[in-house]
Amino acid sequence: MFEALSDRLSGALEKLTGKGALTEADISTALREVRVALLEADVSLPVARGFIKRVEEAAQGRHVVKSVTPGQQVVKIVHDELVKVLAGEDEEPGRLRIDNPPATIMMVGLQGSGKTTTTAKLAKRLKEREGKRVLMASLDTRRPAAMEQLAVLGTQIGVDTLPIQPGQTAVQIAKRAKTQANLGGYDVVMLDTAGRLSIDDELMAEVEAVRDETRPRETLLVVDGLTGQDAVSTAENFDGRIGITGCVLTRMDGDGRGGAALSMRAVTGKPIKFVGLGEKMDALEEFHPERVAGRILGMGDIVSLVEKAQEQIEAAEAERMMKRFQKGRFDMNDMKAQFDQMLKLGGMQGIMGMLPGMGKLSKQLDESGFDDRIIRRQIAIIQSMTKAERKNPDLMQASRKKRVAAGAGLEVQDVNKLIKMHRQMADMMKKMGKMGKKGLMRGALSQMFGKGGMPPGVAAPGAGPALPPGGFPGLGAGKGPALPPGLGGLSGLSKKK
Amino acid sequence: MSFFKKMKERLFKSSSKLDEGLEALVEEGGTAEPEAPAAPQPPAPARAEAPADTADASSGAPDEAPAPPPAPVSSPASAAAPAPESRPGFIARAFGTKPGEVKRVLDDAMLESLEEVLIQADMGVETSIKLSARLAEGHFGRRVGTREIKEALAREIAAILTPVARPLPIYAKRPQVVLVVGVNGSGKTTTIGKLASQLRGAGKSVVIAAGDTFRAAAVEQLQVWGSRAGVPVMTAPQGSDPASLAFDAMVRAEAEGADMLLIDTAGRLQNRQDLMEELAKIVRVIRKKDPQAPHNTVLVLDATTGQNALSQVEIFRKIADVSGLVMTKLDGTAKGGVLVALADRFGLPIHAIGVGESIDDLAPFDPDEFARALTGFGD
Repeated sequence: MFEALSDRLSGALEKLTGKGALTEADISTALREVRVALLEADVSLPVARGFIKRVEEAAQGRHVVKSVTPGQQVVKIVHDELVKVLAGEDEEPGRLRIDNPPATIMMVGLQGSGKTTTTAKLAKRLKEREGKRVLMASLDTRRPAAMEQLAVLGTQIGVDTLPIQPGQTAVQIAKRAKTQANLGGYDVVMLDTAGRLSIDDELMAEVEAVRDETRPRETLLVVDGLTGQDAVSTAENFDGRIGITGCVLTRMDGDGRGGAALSMRAVTGKPIKFVGLGEKMDALEEFHPERVAGRILGMGDIVSLVEKAQEQIEAAEAERMMKRFQKGRFDMNDMKAQFDQMLKLGGMQGIMGMLPGMGKLSKQLDESGFDDRIIRRQIAIIQSMTKAERKNPDLMQASRKKRVAAGAGLEVQDVNKLIKMHRQMADMMKKMGKMGKKGLMRGALSQMFGKGGMPPGVAAPGAGPALPPGGFPGLGAGKGPALPPGLGGLSGLSKKK
Repeated sequence: MSFFKKMKERLFKSSSKLDEGLEALVEEGGTAEPEAPAAPQPPAPARAEAPADTADASSGAPDEAPAPPPAPVSSPASAAAPAPESRPGFIARAFGTKPGEVKRVLDDAMLESLEEVLIQADMGVETSIKLSARLAEGHFGRRVGTREIKEALAREIAAILTPVARPLPIYAKRPQVVLVVGVNGSGKTTTIGKLASQLRGAGKSVVIAAGDTFRAAAVEQLQVWGSRAGVPVMTAPQGSDPASLAFDAMVRAEAEGADMLLIDTAGRLQNRQDLMEELAKIVRVIRKKDPQAPHNTVLVLDATTGQNALSQVEIFRKIADVSGLVMTKLDGTAKGGVLVALADRFGLPIHAIGVGESIDDLAPFDPDEFARALTGFGD
């Protein structure tokens, strides 16, 4: 049923053709399907409705990437929006506020949501990753053997648990845990409360009492990742009465679509801190919004398709430039485009980092003082030229150079360096153009590999203009190492990851 | 019958949202139906002079434009353009006139909203569309009230659920082996405790096998339930093979001449192949002893679970021949509407529902009760 969703979506969306901006009709057709997708993924109805509205606003008039259908484009927008909502402002999903010891963490939730297991997993994580001394205490006086369960888990993971004293109330145990933590020098106290229904007045009052007694730094609501529409009432009631600071989604290793995640985020506005991914004690991870977003939509393929289409456009652009170069045309505009491309790919360091075997080179780069600032400076120089000068750099005479240098805030010699560099590059382009396409690739590749030590097959063939080895002479004080050739090709290469 | 009352009370509580949803739905676009076809107070010309006269709202004419609407006040045409701001039911009440039931024409928009209300009860998109389509038959285009919709819905839901409402069948075979399966935290152990107590109350001799050898303290938990129900519990050390425990339990139950053997299993997510294979092995080993066994394989479902329940039933049924369902945690805010989707799709018997944490909180599944509670009809 879920697998069929992508098919159905593409079926419904294929009919939509049209270039340019998204029309209202495109959006509403696509969103109707998305809404069903969300509901089938157990996103709560009010949340799904609100979310669709957001997307509708975001999608209005958005540009459609060539070679995908508008519907697919909408899905991409939906995906991005979903990631945004899921991520929220929580920059560090795995962090808990557990400074100034002993910090109390209280775990709450419905019966069978996985509180006890999550408590133990979290304790293990805190102990092993952050080197905290953790004390666990079970306040579950109701379910048979719940306390024993936590005690057994404690022994398994090597975390202390509060000794069991039968007959105590939850508040009494919490108090005892607090005292014990103070005396024993623990960093963190974890309180595992009994499972309760969010409408059970008596039991909710009990948690409130525990909260008032212990003033927890974190109150985590543990929610079954398979939860359906009920996620909203659970989240609302728990947050309303106790005031939670975050959620943990369990059972995310199941084949549920995890729509509860979106509901939780939307209703409480509190971050999802962790997800439980199995029964083993280390199966707890911080929350990754992208993964859950793809899962909720069940159409990761479309999202990657749109991304690929965007890449293709860049590849087409590169192809066009390549043709120009072959004809021996390479002006300042082209050069600026190359620089821009480089910056877009994360600058020199970024490009080097993406290429295997370039680690050493990038160190050399550092030493030679070749960094992105130099690229930006070159761009500034080009931008200080008039249109005519950019088209035809031969126009540049001394007075013009002076003006350009002043405009860029640099010296005339910098302008000279750029012009020299441009000439060399243009010559190289012309030479390669004469070799013809096949010859060019072969020639360029052999040169490249001779110098850069890259394994063959790294550069995407035919995808871009190969820059001459030796790259931008004049950059990096003359001893600049070989630039990765084929910047246009790199754009394709680097995005394929 | 105290627990039955309790269940009813809880079921109604749990469904209040759906109920509200329906009422809001009708009121949103509906108008009060005047008792008599000719509205008593507002003659059309009077309305033209005083368009703000609130009395006209109760007549069901939403049009407050100065031009006097020539149409008779209760004609369907006037109802087609609803005026949410006039809140007719309320105003009628404020004026002391006998309020007609709020009604609204069942049109596409309303059907769609109806679907949404059903989806909110976890019935799933497919079943919701189906149900509202069935409701549309014979009602479409007619003016309907909340009560009528609820009643019709309850009837449709009950029609789906009635064939599957069957208690756990008791066979003459001794021992009758009941295998209890489900995902983690769905309430298997608690359900076994309650079931054992009920069976024992019915005069059966029962043995429980604590087959959850994985989770910490699961055996202890079941032992407590066993002593509460007055039923012996067979255990094996944590980490041992549940299949061999099941086999031993069958030997012992046979030797002791027990009527029923309830076998607990560890919770497992249905997409975990290794764990499902373990379950398949338990079934295989049980069949070595008695090819007919397990006579019942009960899948325990959590009412809060959403559409994943469909996948749970599908896979557990494939691996372990699930013969019936028990739904737990129906005493919460979850409505368990997924049961309707399940009944519609798989037609597996629903044996019982869990409505609380004490030992007698296991109630027989009553489709009419459930349907009415789900729709809020009858209170």
